[in-house]
Amino acid sequence: MPEKPKVAFYWCASCGGCEEAVVDLAEDILKVVEAVDIVLWPVALDFKKKDVEAMPDNSIAVAFINGAVRMSEQEEWVHMLRRKSQLVVAFGSCAHLGGIPGLANFTNKAEIFANSYFDVPSVDNPGRVVPLEKSGGNGETLTLPEFFDTVRALDQVIPVDYYLPGCAPPKDLIMNAVTAILTGQLPPKGTVLSPSKAACDVCPRKDSKPDKIEIAEIKRITTSIPDPEKCFLAQGYVCMGPATRSGCGERCIHGNMPCRGCFGPPDGVYDQGAKFLSAFASLLTAKTDEEIDALIDQIPDPAGTFYRFSLPTSIMQRKRTRVES
Amino acid sequence: MSTAVIALEDVTKTKGPGVGAAWEPRIVAFFCNWCTYTASDLAGTARLTYDPNAPVIRVMCSGRVDPQFVLRALGEGADGVLIGGCHPGDCHYQEGNYKTLRRFKLLKKVLGQLGVEDERVRLEWISASEGDRVQHAINDMTNQLRRLGPFAQRGASHA
Repeated sequence: MPEKPKVAFYWCASCGGCEEAVVDLAEDILKVVEAVDIVLWPVALDFKKKDVEAMPDNSIAVAFINGAVRMSEQEEWVHMLRRKSQLVVAFGSCAHLGGIPGLANFTNKAEIFANSYFDVPSVDNPGRVVPLEKSGGNGETLTLPEFFDTVRALDQVIPVDYYLPGCAPPKDLIMNAVTAILTGQLPPKGTVLSPSKAACDVCPRKDSKPDKIEIAEIKRITTSIPDPEKCFLAQGYVCMGPATRSGCGERCIHGNMPCRGCFGPPDGVYDQGAKFLSAFASLLTAKTDEEIDALIDQIPDPAGTFYRFSLPTSIMQRKRTRVES
Repeated sequence: MSTAVIALEDVTKTKGPGVGAAWEPRIVAFFCNWCTYTASDLAGTARLTYDPNAPVIRVMCSGRVDPQFVLRALGEGADGVLIGGCHPGDCHYQEGNYKTLRRFKLLKKVLGQLGVEDERVRLEWISASEGDRVQHAINDMTNQLRRLGPFAQRGASHA
């Protein structure tokens, strides 16, 4: 009996939702397990780093890696998995775009440490102790991974063959990808394995969209409940649909939540936040300086909203900080 | 890829003035065909001199300036971006410059959150007859950026 192809799952800076997405395959996971050998899956199976190190290079058929790269340990792991694997798939928004952990690129290590270990009201740290990369005593040295200033998407660290978008990727896209890999029917490398149409094109509320959307007041889901039938943008909610790739199954829309952009931009758009900004600003009715200022003041955090999932892979990648010379 | 983007790559990769001498800021200017570009033509005809730091990309309307262009210019090495369009009410396409203004204001808010200084991205309304205002805008912005310094050096390291 020929050997089954080996598959690895790994997680970096992520919430665990992508692992959950694999478990959510439910009975379909049996088809996957029947066809492949899972050689690494930290959430469910006990393999150690040395087990992976012992595998020959290119012996893993495909590695599905989720999460952004925020620490040196993750960087080491993904370099190792790249060596061991014939294909690497960036699984989910964080690996694909930087994701929610990528919002940390609005700040840096020093600020994050100061906040987490000193400034949070619930923290009592009179000795101002912070985690060190090297510590110890009595002849022992303890090490911790380095915490980077900047969060990166997977393809900013290693070459990536395919991208499975989504927070988390939906079941049908995962099964399509697995089937394509097992049968060798793969699109060109670098493809995002989801349709490139904008989400608005397939939105269930598409028919409720007026010919010309005009936004005179910006609404937020924290302070009002959207009409469950009508186009979110037409109601004045920030909905990322115009600058977001489809294929998600419109899960948020069905839950009466505007699109937040987790699938990233369609092909041809190289900065999702800027593209959305462009579309959104053109829908505003305001004309004078004062009117425009008043209207955009209603968006408290435009950069964080428009780049919610894609800051590390946007053109700016992170907040600029002054380099003292 | 649109012609504006191709042109932008050419402009940002061209060596700036004064290479080898003191550092000089590089500004990418997007001027609308009907007003500001015509004004810069007029400035030339009138032999007004101004700093050679701002190569001009002509667009049909300032409303054509996708915020991606602005970010891309900065991302590829420009120190500033200048957008020039018709005065409010004078747009050749009726509404284009209002869209520009809304995009510009929202973009400035986003750029502020990303640590990009206010002086680096500027919008000017300059009509076809205002060649002197092209001269002033470019000189003034170049001077501001000379004081501010290069943009790229302000990035944080990846690690």
